[in-house]
Amino acid sequence: MRRTAVITLALSATLGLAACGGGSDPMDTGGDSEAGGSEDAGAGSITIGSANFPENELLAEIYAAALSDAGVDVDTQLNIGSREAYIAGIQDGSIDALPEYSGGLATYLNPEITATSSEDVLADLEENLPEDLQVLEISEAENKDSLVVTGETAEELGLTTIGDLSDHAGDMTLGGPPEFETRPNGVDGLQEVYGLEFGSFRSLAAGANLTVQSLANGQVDVANIFTTNPAVEENGFVVLEDPESLFAAQNIVPLLRADAVNPTIEETLNEVSAALNTENLTSMMVQVQTEGQDPAEVAREFVDENL
Amino acid sequence: MISLTWQWLVDPATWTGPGGIVAQSITHLRISVVALLLAALVAVPVGLFIGHTGRGRWLAINLAGAFRAIPSLGVLFVATLLLLPRLSGNLAFELPVVLVLVLLAVPPVLSGTYAGVEAVDPAARDAARGVGMTEAQILWQVEFPAALPLLISGLRSAMLQIIATATIAAIVGIGGLGRYLIDGQASRQYEVMAGGAIVVALLALLVDLVMAGVQRVVVSPGLVVAKEH
Repeated sequence: MRRTAVITLALSATLGLAACGGGSDPMDTGGDSEAGGSEDAGAGSITIGSANFPENELLAEIYAAALSDAGVDVDTQLNIGSREAYIAGIQDGSIDALPEYSGGLATYLNPEITATSSEDVLADLEENLPEDLQVLEISEAENKDSLVVTGETAEELGLTTIGDLSDHAGDMTLGGPPEFETRPNGVDGLQEVYGLEFGSFRSLAAGANLTVQSLANGQVDVANIFTTNPAVEENGFVVLEDPESLFAAQNIVPLLRADAVNPTIEETLNEVSAALNTENLTSMMVQVQTEGQDPAEVAREFVDENL
Repeated sequence: MISLTWQWLVDPATWTGPGGIVAQSITHLRISVVALLLAALVAVPVGLFIGHTGRGRWLAINLAGAFRAIPSLGVLFVATLLLLPRLSGNLAFELPVVLVLVLLAVPPVLSGTYAGVEAVDPAARDAARGVGMTEAQILWQVEFPAALPLLISGLRSAMLQIIATATIAAIVGIGGLGRYLIDGQASRQYEVMAGGAIVVALLALLVDLVMAGVQRVVVSPGLVVAKEH
């Protein structure tokens, strides 16, 4: 009995210490290197985090590569988790910056958001952002919901925007995840905003891959896929433009802890945002996900070529 | 929650139209019946052969056991991704599902059939041989009718599994009552999920009741009476 108690005590002490170390380390490192960064006065140091999916990690690597080129002392903490987890991490100082998506972050901060265009979403986001956080300039690169058709369909019917579907929708099958049929900016929104009523909807619950396959094989004519899905480029799919902003903007934007921002960091990340667009991001995702290249190398290549 | 589910169930709009319960039940039943018939087409002849000759019993038992161990959802995904590029239209979604359901239904039908034939009273078989019946006559006029109670319970048990599994098959995009469970969950309409689950359970009970009725009609009254004694 007593032995158990001793072991328990020893264990909890170890765990407690470990937890302390884990929690305070990133901050310590930050402080130390900031003090030691005198050789690069003003460039400072930064810890970059990322969410737990490949595209976000790639973007974080791009930020890291660009910032270290600018003389900033960069540390990375990738693959942290969901938005709930990394927002907590950035607020407690474990990380200083990470790539975010304007619409996703704005909705997280304000669930009642109605804005959909890039400008409105950004305005809403800046209004609701806690004081200790800051976003920099948004990139035109977006990873958001979209309607996609095959290259042949686009050519045959002369489609470039969602509205162009109006004469054909009645004979077409729309495919996508089940929630697309019921949520306001899904099937209903297509009717309200673009006046589209599709012949039928096929609910594809087994992930984006099934949706991609169904579109490629012609079981569906139009599919709801994310814009940066590598399959779009691989299969020569055409993402239909959304001039009425039915789908909320998801521009990629750097999110930082306000006290981690300095002019070098701000300028560098704004340059990154300016260099990114949906097409080059998608191509990089093909390199990472399809060709299995190291995200850090793909990021390095992008920074060397574009910045 | 319960009242929301009830409201959904009694709303006439829930039942009608292309996505309504009536249409989805018909799709669900169509897929299920096709799967059961295909499974019976395979399993009943094999079961009769094994039961009548006693040959291959070991293989059948083990194969049926192995079939039961196959995870339906896994086969479904593999079959869908393999068949989708090779087929067109709705068939591309339904064929993989039917395939999975057939795999699921073969073991109970097979075991029901050969167990039914094996359970035939040896005295009846000997008597049939004694009056000069051929092997085929023995099989069709003595063993098959006498095996019907177990054969049909094999079919009933298979049908219940088919109806239940056809529900999860909705995940790859086919119609049927599973749509309510899959789509309801994806769009957080829990009353639709609950309602759909209730309808699937009712459909399964109803179908079992109908099959029990068929069993009463086709099974020789002599066998039923013999059992009761």
